[in-house]
Amino acid sequence: MFQAWRNLYSKSDNAKAYSLLSPALFLIILVMLIPMALMLSFSSFTQVSMMEIDFTPTFQRYIDFFEKSLLVSLLIKSVKISFIVTLITLLTAYPVCYYIAFYVKKNKMLWLVLLTLPFWTSYLLRVFSWKIILGTKGVFNSTLLGAGIISEPLTFLMYSEEAVIITLTHAWAAFALLPLYVSLEKIDFSYIEAARDLGLSKFEVFWKVTFPLSLPGVIGAILIIFIPTVGDYVTPALIGGTEGRMLSNMIQAYFGKINNIPLGAASATIMLTTVILITAIVSYTTKRLTQRLS
Amino acid sequence: MNENFIQINGISKHFGNVKAVDDVSFSIKEGEFFSLLGPSGCGKTTLLRLLAGFEYPTNGNLLIDGSDITALPPDKRPTNMVFQNYAIFPHINVEQNIKFGLRKLGLTDDEIKKRVDDVLALVKLEGYEERFSGQLSGGQRQRVALARALVRQPKVLLLDEPLGALDKKLRDEMQLELRTLQKEIGITFVFVTHDQQEAISMSDRVAVMSEGKIQQLSAPNELYKNPENIFVSDFIGETNFLKASTKSKDGDQINVAIEDLGDFKVKNNLNIPENSSDVVCSVRPESMMISRDKSDWDICLEAKINQTSYLGEMTRFYVEVSGINKVITVSSQHFDNQSFENNSCFISISLEDISLLQKK
Repeated sequence: MFQAWRNLYSKSDNAKAYSLLSPALFLIILVMLIPMALMLSFSSFTQVSMMEIDFTPTFQRYIDFFEKSLLVSLLIKSVKISFIVTLITLLTAYPVCYYIAFYVKKNKMLWLVLLTLPFWTSYLLRVFSWKIILGTKGVFNSTLLGAGIISEPLTFLMYSEEAVIITLTHAWAAFALLPLYVSLEKIDFSYIEAARDLGLSKFEVFWKVTFPLSLPGVIGAILIIFIPTVGDYVTPALIGGTEGRMLSNMIQAYFGKINNIPLGAASATIMLTTVILITAIVSYTTKRLTQRLS
Repeated sequence: MNENFIQINGISKHFGNVKAVDDVSFSIKEGEFFSLLGPSGCGKTTLLRLLAGFEYPTNGNLLIDGSDITALPPDKRPTNMVFQNYAIFPHINVEQNIKFGLRKLGLTDDEIKKRVDDVLALVKLEGYEERFSGQLSGGQRQRVALARALVRQPKVLLLDEPLGALDKKLRDEMQLELRTLQKEIGITFVFVTHDQQEAISMSDRVAVMSEGKIQQLSAPNELYKNPENIFVSDFIGETNFLKASTKSKDGDQINVAIEDLGDFKVKNNLNIPENSSDVVCSVRPESMMISRDKSDWDICLEAKINQTSYLGEMTRFYVEVSGINKVITVSSQHFDNQSFENNSCFISISLEDISLLQKK
């Protein structure tokens, strides 16, 4: 038996690969595939009463989702907030990474460490710190009040979409920095010099050479920001109030207070599908964009 | 032909305290194959980058074809460069790479097509239009880089050690090809290399650089036969240095006491003063003769062979001459290490082959 296993092992590269992957595979099956399968099956059930679930398979929950305009608008809002957060993050992180990659000569590592410094504290603490800054009696309002610029605290700062966008942008920015920095740092400076030598202005060089070559990092950054923020639950719950509520908060409510697990599961599945679709679209369009630019 | 096509007037480039290029002035002729030769860190690449516009000089000015380009950015200069690593854009194919520099020249589509086709034929890369950088060999990449620069029809082509990454055989081929190509199209080439053989075999003129300064600027054979200082003599080819001191002049010759060998009368091209002890005599290994028997040359010394190295086309002998406390290198095409009994031999020197140089 053992000998047979050894023969198989030494002959087959696949066997080697799978045995190396097996711990990770086991974990993924345990914590990803099984819960997802559970979620999918739950989405086909029906909540009859508080304690009772009808297990007859049905698609009705998905129809329910699209019939509830609240859920659809929350889905759109989640995608919109995430999109804005991703855009702001890219627009602010890209120039910083560009600067570090091409202009900082010494201590690049120090720059990166300093930029990612906020990430040494927990996500939750960072969200709370924004509460302190943006709140009615927060740093921002009391400064403006003290300076006599406003007579009443600005209330739209807190418990709003804007508050969620600010907090999420700050919370996830460092994750965009790394892929962007790596893709820019990899660009050989002689490409840029060659493009200048071939008659392009600095501006043209950026769009024809630097940006297309950094696209892998841009895609990485987009996905790394978009995927977690679209489903973020903590920030809207703590900062968003009713205005800044996102779909994930509703899903949580279905599994908790409202106690409609099948509809919650269906909402989560729809959200997952949306993210997968958007990811596919982003990858495809950036690929096309690269071809167009060159 | 314009003798002062490229004028380099008192150019210096300092990086902090380092004087990469130190007050250099010379001119390059139109249509010339000009090489900047020197060891790494001598300032040759910096000088080339100053010409390309990637660096701006600390002092001095640069003129190409009569117009001052000192302050112009790279995209406004009549120069194009072949980079050491070729810098072929990896995200676009060969054809797009070659067209890359044409979009700003205001050419019609037909003109662009003609130029691209012509340059592809020139560098023998027809059929490779669709390939990407990653699908090309080193030699092919080098040709793409050359085509991309030449297609813009620059007044001056700058080449930064373009053959360094190729293997020996391909490098030799490309040397010949580049040389032929340059004569064919007549564009002025400024070629940077640390390989003296490369510079000597390809160039019309060579500027040997060291420590940011031009040590000698002359035709390749002059560099070899009449080095102007110890650095050039040592850097170009191989040589033996013998300590010496000058005595009295005799026309354009001078009497020299070569240490341990005696007094001789040698040519004095560099006009070295009388009674100076700061001089050395340089003798090339291949200008000496090694033999079994005594010869009737100006100087003939009995010697013992210490070591030999066989190089194929010649054999190099490291010999000890009684009385001289130094190993002398002699090379020979006729003899090898089997040729001498008991390692004893004679080495002969003709006075004509002795170059007298001044120590710095």
